[in-house]
Amino acid sequence: MAVADMDIPAFDPRIPDGPLADKWQRHRAEVRLVSPTNKRRYRVIVVGSGLAGAAAAASLAELGYQVDCFTFHDSPRRAHSVAAQGGINAAKNYRNDGDSVERLFRDTLKGGDYRSREANVYRLAEISNQIIDHCVAQGIPFARDYAGYLDNRSFGGAQVARTFYARGQTGQQLLLGAYGALSRQIHGGQVRLHTRTEMLDLVVEDGRATGIISRRLTDGHIEHHGADAVVLASGGYSNIYYLSTNALASNVTATYRAYRRGAWFANPSFTQIHPTCIPAVEDHQSKLTLMSESLRNDGRIWVPQAMHEERRPAEIPEAERDYYLERMYPAYGNLSPRDISSRAAKSVCDQGRGVGPSGHGVYLDFAEAIGRLGRRVINDRYGNLFEMYQRITGEDPWHTPMRIYPAAHYSMGGLWVDYDLMTTVPGLFAIGEANFSDHGANRLGASALMQGLADGYFILPQTLGHFLAARPPLTADHNSAAGAEARAAVEARLARLVAVGGRTPVETFHRRLGELMWEHCGMSRSRAGLQQALVEIPALRDEFWSGICVCGGSAEFNVVLEKAGRVADYLEFAEVMVRDALEREESCGAHFRTEHQTADGEPRREDASFSHVAAWGFRGDGVAAQRAIEPLHFEHLQPAVRNYR
Amino acid sequence: MEFTLHIWRQHGAAEHGAFVTYPVRGISPDLSFLEMLDILNEELVGRGEAPIAFDHDCREGICGSCAMVINGDPHGPLPGTTTCQLYMRHFQNATDITVEPWRARAFPVLRDLIVDRSALDSVIQAGGYVSVNTGAAPDAHAITVAKQAADAAFEAAACIGCGACVAACPNGAAMLFTAAKVAQLAIMPQGRPERSRRVIGMVEAMDDAGFGNCTNHYACTEACPKQIPLRFIAQLNREFLSAALSSREFVELARPHAHEE
Amino acid sequence: MNRLVRLFRTSIGRKLVVAASGVLLLGFLVVHAAGNLLILKGPDALNGYADWMQGHPLLWGFRLGLLGLFGVHIVTAVRLAHANRAARPVPYRRIARLGARLPGRLMVVSGLLLLAFLVFHLLHLTARVVAQSGNPLLDDAGRVDVYGMLVAGFSQPLIVTIYLGAMALLGLHLVHAIEGMFQTLGFNHDSYQTLIRVLAPLLTLLIVGGFAAIPLLVIGGHLHGGG
Repeated sequence: MAVADMDIPAFDPRIPDGPLADKWQRHRAEVRLVSPTNKRRYRVIVVGSGLAGAAAAASLAELGYQVDCFTFHDSPRRAHSVAAQGGINAAKNYRNDGDSVERLFRDTLKGGDYRSREANVYRLAEISNQIIDHCVAQGIPFARDYAGYLDNRSFGGAQVARTFYARGQTGQQLLLGAYGALSRQIHGGQVRLHTRTEMLDLVVEDGRATGIISRRLTDGHIEHHGADAVVLASGGYSNIYYLSTNALASNVTATYRAYRRGAWFANPSFTQIHPTCIPAVEDHQSKLTLMSESLRNDGRIWVPQAMHEERRPAEIPEAERDYYLERMYPAYGNLSPRDISSRAAKSVCDQGRGVGPSGHGVYLDFAEAIGRLGRRVINDRYGNLFEMYQRITGEDPWHTPMRIYPAAHYSMGGLWVDYDLMTTVPGLFAIGEANFSDHGANRLGASALMQGLADGYFILPQTLGHFLAARPPLTADHNSAAGAEARAAVEARLARLVAVGGRTPVETFHRRLGELMWEHCGMSRSRAGLQQALVEIPALRDEFWSGICVCGGSAEFNVVLEKAGRVADYLEFAEVMVRDALEREESCGAHFRTEHQTADGEPRREDASFSHVAAWGFRGDGVAAQRAIEPLHFEHLQPAVRNYR
Repeated sequence: MEFTLHIWRQHGAAEHGAFVTYPVRGISPDLSFLEMLDILNEELVGRGEAPIAFDHDCREGICGSCAMVINGDPHGPLPGTTTCQLYMRHFQNATDITVEPWRARAFPVLRDLIVDRSALDSVIQAGGYVSVNTGAAPDAHAITVAKQAADAAFEAAACIGCGACVAACPNGAAMLFTAAKVAQLAIMPQGRPERSRRVIGMVEAMDDAGFGNCTNHYACTEACPKQIPLRFIAQLNREFLSAALSSREFVELARPHAHEE
Repeated sequence: MNRLVRLFRTSIGRKLVVAASGVLLLGFLVVHAAGNLLILKGPDALNGYADWMQGHPLLWGFRLGLLGLFGVHIVTAVRLAHANRAARPVPYRRIARLGARLPGRLMVVSGLLLLAFLVFHLLHLTARVVAQSGNPLLDDAGRVDVYGMLVAGFSQPLIVTIYLGAMALLGLHLVHAIEGMFQTLGFNHDSYQTLIRVLAPLLTLLIVGGFAAIPLLVIGGHLHGGG
């Protein structure tokens, strides 16, 4: 299995030759194909049923492959893509406002602070238009204007209106479209759906992924599923911070287990912190709720001038308020980008000027906007958000300012993949948020849905065939030694979790890990803090393995055992994240190292030494992961400094 | 705040269940109902007891996972709210709260408050989609859709598939769920070509899955966290009658076999 | 035919049967109530109307059709109710807002009690074996004296109580039935839904009022023995 000195793969992204704009079309024309009659002889496993997973499973099945789709939810429709609010970008230029594939490419590359591959980002921008066509054909009720054409709105990081949306539920509607496509293939017998079934290990045979080990959550049944290729579409890991905008079951297990089997993990420390979430008020709070970024169009963000202010917001006179974003970034003000706004909020709270019971919050005040525009206009724009805020907090934003605070939201990092979305393990592909993606060090709003669907509907179905065409189908009986070994390993690990027999809830460890990661590897990171985390994480892990109670066996429907396995993986993965943050001696996008800032506190990128993707390989338990790099080459667009002052 | 909870406990699908009473104390009114259960569960784990199993995930009212009947109301007493968005400040202090799983033949209990809702998926699989292959679509603006139609379709499409309509219906019927999808795709022009096929397939799949019949109690729409309007059920009735009386599909399409029990 | 068989095997098809037969039965009730109210015009009008009906060549055809309608309505509804009970094998411990939905939830109970009343009603006034003395009286014109029978019958407090109770049940049944009928037949639109919501109780009140008026008038002494 794991060896102390691993061969570092040649991180060759296998980017096609030719001009940037022609690469994808050219690649499509050149990839090997599997003949229509042979496709049904190949079996593909798709882990996850969100936008990327459902889209890929459905599209592969439409082509004729036999597909097994796994989800730990009770239905594919519950995947966390469902929660995306804002919209999905596409370079349609329906508004005639100067948009183009080239412009979407540039915005995305710049938004990611030049830490992503040009060729991938360009392809994403190119495919964005096909996604909209396809989703409309699926009957998704996008917002329309009175003439019956699609409506667009603008979003952060772009000067054009290119975001397509379905009220505040775009993710849900797109997911239901993909779920419908998947349901159609299930009905036709082309996809076998495995609900409430979780992938617990990857089977690698002679260096190639040939299956997974799964656990049926309802009765603990462990199974080995063989396939000609495995696709991971298992989402992101921001839930490692415990309090995040992610769904509670979001986890790193599938990708982390693949990492342990030889897939390298790229940029694990790149995690996006979203600035406008409802702050935590309670020790027992389980989740942070995102409030749409659009609120910042009219709301003004401020904190009191004085430290530890006791007065209610209305009692604080104008002169004693600090509209810090307007003060620090006069050009962009309250509409400064996500990473900047988040860091500024943390910084004023660290000075002791935060508001609310915990001191972790800033005001988002609509009093001025209500006075200027009238209650009716504000109600039209934000009425439903005000209502949601009131339901959750019990406070009325019409009369007292909202309180917001940044929260972990999205992971740009993920399994390293080449241009064909294949990881360093042949036959193992990663799509959607599970791969290290096209977002570099920071993702723009409305780009996650675009990337998940581009990967699932349009890219993977082409590139997977290229891989399969060079290999004969595996025989129906995959009961290999590697499968048996992986299965035994899974069973042993479950038995170990069951055997701990402590009295501490798993939740407690997750919460403590989250606090630790937020403190040392969150919005701003320092060498000392990260080194401290590397001491604390193994200690916490030891406590976990002697303290938890899973309160039951592994051969039953045991929700604690599920959670315990995921938290155990987080406790190992956390170290990889921290090491990545420690080694990246620069500030870029969402990754802010206090040692690397300008005199006025702006992040300082170190292109000379860090214009690369950092990938991490597993070398064994108790051994530090190994770091390797894929240099980034910018031929089309030269990296520039982002300035919002 | 403090409450006396009466919660349905059932170890497995094949086992008998019963109500167990748990007192909870020191509950902040700012906690959600599920967070209160989290606290109770941590207490149970501390005593080495199995925690109460319940479905939940996004905790922001959109994934449709959470599902429990609270004091006789699916998702609790607040209209248009999922259980995860229900806060303890909406309850009277020092009262009894009864928590039960969704009850329907089509939703067998798996453990405690968790039920198997795959019957809803089987209804969608029978036709709740437009059969367009990836890559086949024309430009998005090839067909215009009136704003009013898109808005009406959205109202139906807002269904989160939680099953509260089935849980609330005295007959355990899934008409509102089925109607929402049928209506969405009947309104959108992209769904028109398969209109008859879809409604026939979905209604027969709904019957086969063991749901009851609609007898117009309208408890579904009251319990619906997305407040899907009743008129979609009338539309489903219309769509089905018209497909049954006039479509070739109703004569030609084989009726799938009933699901094995 | 294939089409109809398949339709009636579905839940919606069966509901349509109940609704459609319900519409026809509702029509019968309206006509029946209107005919009854001829009593207000005096013995001659009522007895003449009854005599015309008795001699009508289609009387038995009509009666058989009515019987068939009742049969289809009741059998289908009971089968649906049976299936619905099976769809929730384990009941809830608590049900919120039960009171507001009582008419709907009591449809089968109110329906079956109405069936029992119907039997009594036929025995009472059509076959005349209950609370009536043997052969019917004849009026001056030699016609059956329906008017006289009604006045005699509704002079007994027990009979009046039974009839008024049955009319209360009928109201309970109809108020849910009429609104639901529109929904089942596919009529529900924002533009006229309010009208349906007003129409259902209004029509119910009209029918029930029409029927209940006669025993009330008789026992209140407003209608006297004919002849």
